[in-house]
Amino acid sequence: MSLAAERATDPSNPPGGSGRNLRLTALTKEFSTFTAVRSLDLEIPAGTFFALLGPSGCGKTTTLRMVAGLDLPTSGTIHLGDDEITYAKPYRRPVNTVFQNYALFPHLDIHENVAFGLRRRKVKDVDKQVQEMLELVELESQAKKKPPQMSGGQQQRVALARALINRPEVLLLDEPLGALDLKLRRGMQIEIKRIQTEVGLTFVHVTHDQEEAMTMADTIAVMNAGVIEQMGSPTELYENPRTTFVANFLGQSNLIPGTVSSADGDVVRVDMHGTQVSIPADRAHVTSGNGWVGIRPEKVLVAAEGEPLDAPGNHMSGGVVTDVSFVGVSTQYLVRMPWGQELMAFEQNTGRRAFLTAGTKVDVSWRPEFAFLLPASQDVNAGAIEEA
Amino acid sequence: MNGLQRASRWVSDHIVLAGGLLVLVYMFVPIAIVMLMSFNDNSESRNVYAFRDFTFSNWTNMCGPDGMCESVLRSIGIGLAATLVATILGTLAAFALVRHNFRGRSVMNTVIFLPMASPEIVMGSSLLALFVSGGFGGRLGVVTIFIAHVMFCLSFVIVTVKARLSGLDQNLEQAAMDLYASEATTFWRITFPLVFPGIAAAALLSFSLSFDDFIITNLNAGQTVTFPMYVWGVAQRGVPMQVNVIGTIMFLISLALVLGNMFATRKKA
Ligand SMILES: Nc1ncnc2c1ncn2[C@@H]1O[C@H](COP(=O)(O)OP(=O)(O)OP(=O)(O)O)[C@@H](O)[C@H]1O
Ligand SMILES: [Mg+2]
Repeated sequence: MSLAAERATDPSNPPGGSGRNLRLTALTKEFSTFTAVRSLDLEIPAGTFFALLGPSGCGKTTTLRMVAGLDLPTSGTIHLGDDEITYAKPYRRPVNTVFQNYALFPHLDIHENVAFGLRRRKVKDVDKQVQEMLELVELESQAKKKPPQMSGGQQQRVALARALINRPEVLLLDEPLGALDLKLRRGMQIEIKRIQTEVGLTFVHVTHDQEEAMTMADTIAVMNAGVIEQMGSPTELYENPRTTFVANFLGQSNLIPGTVSSADGDVVRVDMHGTQVSIPADRAHVTSGNGWVGIRPEKVLVAAEGEPLDAPGNHMSGGVVTDVSFVGVSTQYLVRMPWGQELMAFEQNTGRRAFLTAGTKVDVSWRPEFAFLLPASQDVNAGAIEEA
Repeated sequence: MNGLQRASRWVSDHIVLAGGLLVLVYMFVPIAIVMLMSFNDNSESRNVYAFRDFTFSNWTNMCGPDGMCESVLRSIGIGLAATLVATILGTLAAFALVRHNFRGRSVMNTVIFLPMASPEIVMGSSLLALFVSGGFGGRLGVVTIFIAHVMFCLSFVIVTVKARLSGLDQNLEQAAMDLYASEATTFWRITFPLVFPGIAAAALLSFSLSFDDFIITNLNAGQTVTFPMYVWGVAQRGVPMQVNVIGTIMFLISLALVLGNMFATRKKA
């Protein structure tokens, strides 16, 4: 499938990634009683795969709808390169959407659904392009069916094909894989990512699946209650979250209360229940007063009391294993610390040593460069998965 | 013993079917009689409700009875005109009521049910009062009948189209606009085809309501005679057998419409 090659040879259809960034400035959407999007600033570089990640109801769909022109913002602007498109009609924007609920035309067959955008623009060769697009989403045998006769996953692929065939400068995908089973979902993730790389278009992908966002996106923006909490590459967000929400929503985190005792140059020292831990300055988002010391569970090392722990510094003793769960590739421990908090620790099942059992007294440690420090004012449970 | 069980089993298996058939018979006996009577030769008889002899003469001499065919044509004409006007106005009103949020919308939504809910005799006499007090008392006829029919058809059209329209996912129109369709293209390519079954149903309903109406029409007709009024009039003296011919034709047309619709939807599926 060489969409990219085809694009390059088609003069009426200049290649995507022609260098127009999508820029949202102070974008705000208020419904009568409710602010769905709050002064959003966002610059999405041309040709990137951008993921907008956030819990249900945080304003993701609303943001996309404003970019597509289906909702008008209360204030703020939307630019594509130097052109302002804030109030442009939806059919005058080089933007297409894969709708969260598909929105396929029930009275048109699959072929005509996919052809719709091309026909409106009076493109030649519609049938051939539709045929290719249907092959891409593996639905070529279904072209004559009507949408209501298809499964949810098939409908979703039609929705994707219908938008993608137009090769817009910006493709908006509103949870396009929500209805697919895991296998198809993984397959489509790879497929979408591959198409994006091939055609070089800007994809804005909305999801509340953090794994999906991390595997697919070049850049992730984590959104919560109408604002962007943090934006960056998947590793950046995971390794150095700036808010408790990001720390909890993207993977899991241990957040331990502590007080900054000194901050000099590259290192911030924190007194954490009597133990001094050090945190690299670029990962410390407070430099005085109280804060949350954050550490990812897989970075926490556990060993039976007195046994060697291969990590310099940040050594704590007096823990007791309270729970062990074996999940195949790894083992997850809960360790109760002397101050009463339970820490999570994930350990790869390398077979290097026997499992610890519940009740074992253990020492806990981690490498200082993996810890991060967040402001105490933030809610420690923000973004965490609700425990049943 | 075994035979008895099997018999009772057979009865219980087929009792629903039998019941259904009885209901069908119940519904279609009158129509069958109308069809049969259209071939009745009763030129010799006073009793118009007894079948005497088979003949085609009612069909060949359809317009025999004085004024009957004229009244049928008049009813069809009024029906078509009222349907056209009521369907267009009602469809526009339905769009306004579903798509636009204006002051008094909820009041309107209730008010449109009134003509459907109030007794025809009330609507008919109040319309007559209106025409008379407006100075049209001497000019009652086709035009006043037409006005009356548009009025009561309107609420049926609005309700029918509204139901279809509010079931229409607005995301579809937005998706069309997202795919480079202007407002007008979106309307003709997406909205109209999807609402059309509702509009067609409303039109058919309007026509049959108009063709059928007696009470309101009778009050506002002046000297004009529609088909229902004609039948009512001649029923005192004995209905001419040709009325059954008209009834049969009307039934066959309805049947053709229903079958055609069934065929069209089956082919699409
Ligand atoms: N037309 C509307 N009127 C009032 N409130 C609205 C309207 N549309 C959306 N909202 C509210 O705005 C908020 C954001 O909605 P949005 O659809 O953008 O969420 P989302 O992030 O896409 O969620 P999900 O992941 O569930 O799709 C929600 O709280 C929603 O209730
Ligand atoms: Mg949404």
